[in-house]
Amino acid sequence: MTDGLPVPAPSAVSAPFWDATRRRELTMQRCQSCSRLVWYPRFVCPHCGGSSLRWETLSGNGVVYAVSVHHRAALPALADKVPYSVVLVDLNEGTRLMSNVFGPPPAVGDHVAVAWLPLDDGRNLPIFETT
Amino acid sequence: MTTEIRGAAAIVGVADEVSPTGVIDVPLRELEARVITAALAEAGLSLRDVDGLCTCSGGTLMHSVELAEYLGIAPRFTDATQTGGASYGLYIEHAAAAIAVGEANTVVIVYASTPRAARKRGEKGLGVFATPERLEWETPFGLMLPISAYALAANRHMATYGTTAAQLAQIAVDTRCWAAMNPRAHLREAITVDDVLDSGFIAEPLHKLECCLVTDGAAALVMTSAERARDLARPPAFVLGAASAASHAMISQMPDLTITPGVVSGPAAFKTARLTPGDIDVVQLYDSFTITVLLALEDLGFCPKGEGGPFVGDGALAPEGTLPGQTTGGGLAYTHPGAFGAFLLVEAARQLRGECADRQVPNAQTVVAHGTGGVLSATSTVILGAEATL
Repeated sequence: MTDGLPVPAPSAVSAPFWDATRRRELTMQRCQSCSRLVWYPRFVCPHCGGSSLRWETLSGNGVVYAVSVHHRAALPALADKVPYSVVLVDLNEGTRLMSNVFGPPPAVGDHVAVAWLPLDDGRNLPIFETT
Repeated sequence: MTTEIRGAAAIVGVADEVSPTGVIDVPLRELEARVITAALAEAGLSLRDVDGLCTCSGGTLMHSVELAEYLGIAPRFTDATQTGGASYGLYIEHAAAAIAVGEANTVVIVYASTPRAARKRGEKGLGVFATPERLEWETPFGLMLPISAYALAANRHMATYGTTAAQLAQIAVDTRCWAAMNPRAHLREAITVDDVLDSGFIAEPLHKLECCLVTDGAAALVMTSAERARDLARPPAFVLGAASAASHAMISQMPDLTITPGVVSGPAAFKTARLTPGDIDVVQLYDSFTITVLLALEDLGFCPKGEGGPFVGDGALAPEGTLPGQTTGGGLAYTHPGAFGAFLLVEAARQLRGECADRQVPNAQTVVAHGTGGVLSATSTVILGAEATL
């Protein structure tokens, strides 16, 4: 349990994502018009403008695109994690998201898989571990 | 029929305020009024001449109109577009267009910010990065903005192109050489690459000495038509080309962390100016962090993509280098009150006038001032030239 991570309450459009994290599933919208994944959750597809977006479950596997090891905790809840890595992960399905790797820092190109950091309210935050 | 921007307008007055301590503890309005009146005075103009005002630094509902009222200006042209450090070059672009089509005669561009004085008074920052999207999809992962975003870009560039920490550090070393020749610069002691590499990390791979200052400061520019500019007190800095672009707001949405919107604004500005990077005598590139400069050099075409490391590693930007850059000492060593864009343009005009004393680049005829805002989110590229370049 990580107390006090400031994760906002879900919005109408992001609620399905956060609900899925309770089951430890990484989900994302796919545009039914252009078939591309949409990250972060939106009402319209930023690739084609389509408005029919359907949630699907992803593998949670990806590759580190960029990493920055942080030597100061930006949040009190991360104080015991310093130094921690802020990473951008390219998921195998073809989108990129921001996350963390705790422990030994990964390098660009390292394979990672989603892991879950429990939040106070039963949701889980998607973080990554090297595989 | 198209109206040509090239050579239509010029910067005719400039002023900036910095402080040896980094603190200027006066109300924002007073600071804005001081730099505006100073910039007008050196042009031989007054507030009565001003019919255009561009500014976005106040953080209130309609800063440009509020400041106009305060100064007794009823502007025909106003712009308060906020693209961070790119805003001021964007104002040059828009003001040049407004002047070219006759929508404005005399435009003032102003920036003022006092983060140090505010901190002394115990005021908290405005949380300018706290957008709903960022709070949900980035903030929980403990990034510190803006440094974390630039650190990720530096890491990606190093991993992709083999750029080294020493090459990035050389940018900070060369910038400090310029600051040493600027009596108004905040940090003037010479530093070495080892000093930079030993200065510690906040967010790897950026070292502390690769990060801009936090100071108070203000800058103002006055623009008018090229025709009128020739009758004023100082040699005009003619706008040869100007363009702006934006590609993302959050670093996690940046399509490629090694390619900034400068790849759009740079070539567009050069096309309007009918110049190429090889024609440029001096550059003023926004140096929020060393990586910002390196990416700008590549995206503007001063070196091929991926070769920024070897380019800067050879000291190209130093006083004796092939491309003198950030001649004030930049955001790294001169001043940096939150956005450095307006100061780039002030120095660009001063270099063209030959007013820069010890740090003057001999016979500077063409200058690029390139602002970068947000987290490599938005850019503006302005190319200025002396009379002979028209």
